[in-house]
Amino acid sequence: MLKIENLHVSVEGKEILKGVSLEVKKGEIHAIMGPNGSGKSTLSSVIAGNEDYEVTKGNIYFNNENIEDLSAEERAHKGIFMSFQYPVEIPGITVTNFIKTAINSNLKARGLKEMPANEMLKKIREKADLLEIDSRFLSRSLNEGFSGGEKKRNEIFQMAMLEPTLAILDETDSGLDIDALRIVASGVNKLKNKDNATVVITHYQRLLDHIIPDYVHVLQDGKIARSGDKDLALQLEEKGYDWI
Amino acid sequence: MSLKEKLVSSFLAFELDADINSPVHDIRSKSIKEFEKIGFPDRKNEFWKYTPIKKVLSEELTVFKKKRHLIDFEKVKDFFVGGIESYKIILIDGTYDPLWSNTTHKGVDICILSSVLENDKYSNVISRYYNKLIDNNESFSLLNSSFSKEGAYIHIPKNLELDKPIEIIHINSGGESSLMLQPRNLIILEEGSKAQIIESHYSLQEKNTNLSNSKNNHIDPLTNTLTEIYVEENANLDYYKIQNDLDSTSIIDNTYIDQKKDSVASCHTFSFGGNIVRNNLNFYQNGKNINSILKGITILGSNQHTDHHTLVHHASPNCESYQEYKGIYNDKSTGVFNGKVVVDKIAQKINAFQQNNNLLMGDHSSVNTKPQLEIFADDVKCSHGCTIGQLDKSALYYLKTRGIPEKEAKGLLTYAFANNVLENVKMQVLKTKIKKIIANKIGVSLGFEL
Repeated sequence: MLKIENLHVSVEGKEILKGVSLEVKKGEIHAIMGPNGSGKSTLSSVIAGNEDYEVTKGNIYFNNENIEDLSAEERAHKGIFMSFQYPVEIPGITVTNFIKTAINSNLKARGLKEMPANEMLKKIREKADLLEIDSRFLSRSLNEGFSGGEKKRNEIFQMAMLEPTLAILDETDSGLDIDALRIVASGVNKLKNKDNATVVITHYQRLLDHIIPDYVHVLQDGKIARSGDKDLALQLEEKGYDWI
Repeated sequence: MSLKEKLVSSFLAFELDADINSPVHDIRSKSIKEFEKIGFPDRKNEFWKYTPIKKVLSEELTVFKKKRHLIDFEKVKDFFVGGIESYKIILIDGTYDPLWSNTTHKGVDICILSSVLENDKYSNVISRYYNKLIDNNESFSLLNSSFSKEGAYIHIPKNLELDKPIEIIHINSGGESSLMLQPRNLIILEEGSKAQIIESHYSLQEKNTNLSNSKNNHIDPLTNTLTEIYVEENANLDYYKIQNDLDSTSIIDNTYIDQKKDSVASCHTFSFGGNIVRNNLNFYQNGKNINSILKGITILGSNQHTDHHTLVHHASPNCESYQEYKGIYNDKSTGVFNGKVVVDKIAQKINAFQQNNNLLMGDHSSVNTKPQLEIFADDVKCSHGCTIGQLDKSALYYLKTRGIPEKEAKGLLTYAFANNVLENVKMQVLKTKIKKIIANKIGVSLGFEL
């Protein structure tokens, strides 16, 4: 599904990723771990299509298509979703109106009809229940005044609504208390199926107790220093990143 | 002959038409004399520094209308808020149109000003309220006081909560070029009363014949409107101005609001069009526990220009004022916000807030924004803030990652930027109408129920 080859990425002239290769197949969960400043967020941003990051070398393929020249919205239309580490606050647009606009934009881009209002409402209720989201929360302005946990839960709610084929969760566990972590993780697990894939980017191992990865990669100084299965994460927790 | 000279000499002919014995004759004569002394402002005048008003003061302008123009009801109907019952005062090219208006004298006066100025029954009201609030150093107020004879007269008696809103609708028929209109409103809310008023300005397209054979001679109309409002003790007024006019027409609006203790008055100004639009909105607080709310949304394009000059005069203690103006400037459009707050020495423990945020969407758009605080009391809270900028790039990116195309994302963010100014609009149908105009102005079809 996702194939990254020898990816070099610079931001404002500074090279952050120095040759990352990674392959994610459908049905898989990959975890990318690494110390601060190792390039984890750069990797997620460049997959999602942030134009501040410049690919200087290498390729990103999504379902065998080179996506380097696609805009962020075109990548979303193909089925790529990123859960933000720091979701942006947008006063004046409610969560509900935002998600309706997003869903219908995606349907339109795929040449499909807009979702009827009653169907939309039903889906919103269903996914809100899944993430134990209060209905009052949905009529609030997007992320405005939300707690850290509410913001992250709202990201996963959007993911549940948009049903992407590839979901990248960038530090979704940061700012979550233990109950919120459980709810978010259980939401992610319920959304998982044999046709989609998830990339979990995290600094700590604790999220991986709830979302069990098939593969764990350690990113260090812009390169993947080591790959393994879930036991690698446990070893890291015990021995620290210096051990690599 | 300059426009000033022309207007001064027109005055004699104008007064011939009017009743010399009318109580306002003195006011008119004095006003034109004052106007003759000070004339029109130029840009050396600080009050007019950023608004090139000379541009619309053509010497071809006249206060005399040539003939009466009729308009189809279908066209007029579009200008109603719609979906609700309302009282209506409709003026076409400055002349009252009884056919589509809906006035009343049953327990409350909602009618035209001319009938009051000419009726002895109202002489007490006129001597007590008419022309008492205006700034005698302001050229356009003086000019309006010299020539005005028509507009709305609204008098809500003590403790009456008005059953439906009032619409004052000014329509330029487009059938007449070079007309300078001088509408005038007098509004009195007595103790404990409550009313909602919507005043709007619209123009119909110039008639084709005009366009084809006299394009070069066509002088765009100018409306110089003045409104005096009295909000007595514990009364409550919501006033909405909708300025959604053709690119060619200009408006100068002077509004003076006098508030007594425990009253609440709000004024929303929606400036969505016109060539040059100048709003001088003045609030005077005379009594304790007064609340004044001034809000505005300005969305302009092409070469349009809008200027908001606000004044809140805190002359009593324990009062509040709240100002929030937002502007969205496309293309080469320009704007001004000048928010003046005066706090008298006795006006302790007041809270005055002022905020002006602007989005510059066009490469050649600009805005001048200036808070102007004159504080003579020492125990007050006065805050102000202004921003001028572009749409937040990180917000735009966030929306795009959710599959919302750039154009819609920009529209959605622009809409969101303006949206919260509408939170105090209590009339749901009006809110929906304004939201639709905004969506239309921004050029996006929003994919959700407005």
